[in-house]
Amino acid sequence: MSEDTRPRVAIFDFACCEGCQLQIVNMEEEILDLLSVVNPVEWREAISDQSDEYDIAIIEGSITRPEDEKRLREIRSRAKVLIALGACATMGGVNKLKNSFDLKEVRECVYGDDAHMPHLDTAMTKSVAEVVDVDFMIQGCPTNGKEFSYIVRCLATGVTPIVPNHPVCVECKMKENVCRYEFNEVCLGPITRAGCEAPCPSAGLWCFGCRGFVDDPNVDAAKDVMDKYGLTVDDLKTKLVIFNNQQEAVNNV
Amino acid sequence: MSKTVDINVHHVTRIEGHGNIVVRAKDGVVERVEWQVPEAPRFFEAMVRGRSFQDIQTIVSRVCGICSFTHSLAALRAVEDAMDITVSEQTDKLRVLAHYGEQLESHALHVGYLVAPDLLGVKSVVPLASTHLDVVKCIIRCHRLGNEWMELLGGRKTHPVAFRVGGFGRLPSIAELKDLKKRLEEIIPDLCTVADVVLSLAGGLPAFDRPTEYIALTNPGEYSFYHGPIASTDTDEQVPVQEFERVINEYVSPQSTAKWAKWHRDSYAVGSLARFNINAHELLPLAKATAAKFGLEKGCCNPYMNNVAQIVEAVQVVEHGLQLIDELLSAGITAEFPKPKPKAGDGAGAVEAPRGILFHRYQFDENGICTGANLSIPTNQNHANIQKDFEALVPQFLDLGQDKLRLYLEMLVRAYDPCISCSTHYLNVEFV
Repeated sequence: MSEDTRPRVAIFDFACCEGCQLQIVNMEEEILDLLSVVNPVEWREAISDQSDEYDIAIIEGSITRPEDEKRLREIRSRAKVLIALGACATMGGVNKLKNSFDLKEVRECVYGDDAHMPHLDTAMTKSVAEVVDVDFMIQGCPTNGKEFSYIVRCLATGVTPIVPNHPVCVECKMKENVCRYEFNEVCLGPITRAGCEAPCPSAGLWCFGCRGFVDDPNVDAAKDVMDKYGLTVDDLKTKLVIFNNQQEAVNNV
Repeated sequence: MSKTVDINVHHVTRIEGHGNIVVRAKDGVVERVEWQVPEAPRFFEAMVRGRSFQDIQTIVSRVCGICSFTHSLAALRAVEDAMDITVSEQTDKLRVLAHYGEQLESHALHVGYLVAPDLLGVKSVVPLASTHLDVVKCIIRCHRLGNEWMELLGGRKTHPVAFRVGGFGRLPSIAELKDLKKRLEEIIPDLCTVADVVLSLAGGLPAFDRPTEYIALTNPGEYSFYHGPIASTDTDEQVPVQEFERVINEYVSPQSTAKWAKWHRDSYAVGSLARFNINAHELLPLAKATAAKFGLEKGCCNPYMNNVAQIVEAVQVVEHGLQLIDELLSAGITAEFPKPKPKAGDGAGAVEAPRGILFHRYQFDENGICTGANLSIPTNQNHANIQKDFEALVPQFLDLGQDKLRLYLEMLVRAYDPCISCSTHYLNVEFV
């Protein structure tokens, strides 16, 4: 048998719902195609093998404890390429809502009398990039299986993947949806990076911005839209914090 | 065979989330038996405070990727309970139908991708694609249908976007429902094949019985995943969902650091086997016949049979799904898009996740801003029961030696289909 030249891939999860790994499982038999270009050596949710030797590390989840920072740094030191998978890894995601509260109070709120126990310690939520260097980000909550497959194929074959840098509105319009602002609802489509194919407005819900912002979000234009429909910046902020709490563009609003 | 074992499984594989198994026995004397959960806590109950009643289900569906529909629906039911919103019969049926998609998807994933490798002595589903391709294809078809079923009604396979407080943001068309009906009819032979294959391997499930209390929703006239009060195999008393805290009784055990739940005994179990033990008399004919094939009857207390109960339920949701579609088709789909108004209040909701009963409670102020929350997750409710199973199982199978015992313990954890990243109430543990 000839030598296996496929890059070795390991998937690791931190604080998250593991829904992005589920999108990999949901690729069904297409996973088998992907196995022709990569060699999975560790993926705890689906296989029993474990390994310390890998070329590409895929990180799902946000970092919420000092011991997890340490584990992530070790993974980074072993991997040639590190990919952040999904909103928790790329931006901190919903887990960053915690950062708006006093952490001691958060512990007491959830654990009551047991809040003092040392193993319940929690730190401010960080994205993966706030702890280590990230080579590539796969956005979304959850990620889009097609985009995952495309990006992994590119990285495994040395091609730079192209990710849209236009807002969700473009894909939403192509689906011929009625704009959520016409329903007097705040939608983050105008500033959020496309690539998801606008599933939320297509199902009658606003965009929550789970893919983060385009490179240069036109926040002023977003404010104009808000004015036009009689909505306030506070209305905008209350939606922004859900996935993008403490992102720079939010701080500037 | 030596009666000395030292098992230390750090992060059990093929489960959702992180769990450890620690067992030590010397010369037949069991010194230590522990089921540990080191998952990072995420504090959802604190994080939803300050958020609008319209955004709660979007945030809390992220508690769990695999049960995201169940979390969304439990949240919506709690929000609607708090605000005295009554949904239409159409909304109720469509939500139950959407939720059935998640049951099929999750059960197919669990039995097919995560448990089957144990029964066939391999490490994952991947090698089965070469040795058992036809069965793997059946499983893939079931799993894919579950996903596409969810996508049709929830707008997406994971983290639904079509559900809104009071109803739906997008309704399926008659043509889409007819297509779903056709596909559900076509999947029945695949489900029967999967059941037959598991039946042929069921001898590999350890013979281990331990009586315990089983808890699930119950509702006359249906095998409930969604309606009705809370029932138990230990009492005739049924508890309204609004009083769920009376059932779960969370406590910290001196023996372990994971937060546990108990009602009438030291532990109780939730999930497919619990639902079966309480509601089996309501199963539809094909589901009933599937249970009979395995000899599965009410009163079963072998936790490994939870996998079999999942197969029975996969058949049940397809069978009842077909009935619901017929009812929806004959009534026609009404275009209703409610615009609910907030009000102050406290509300609770319960829905059966694939892995057991899930409870949500929220408080809101007069503007519909969340002021408090309490979530109780099925896997948390099962932890004490897993620990008690371990304590009974280790002495019984100590003679089998370290490797077999380790496999049985891992299989036991997997049988519960734990979903550990649903971590709202975990206490952390020290690694050994």
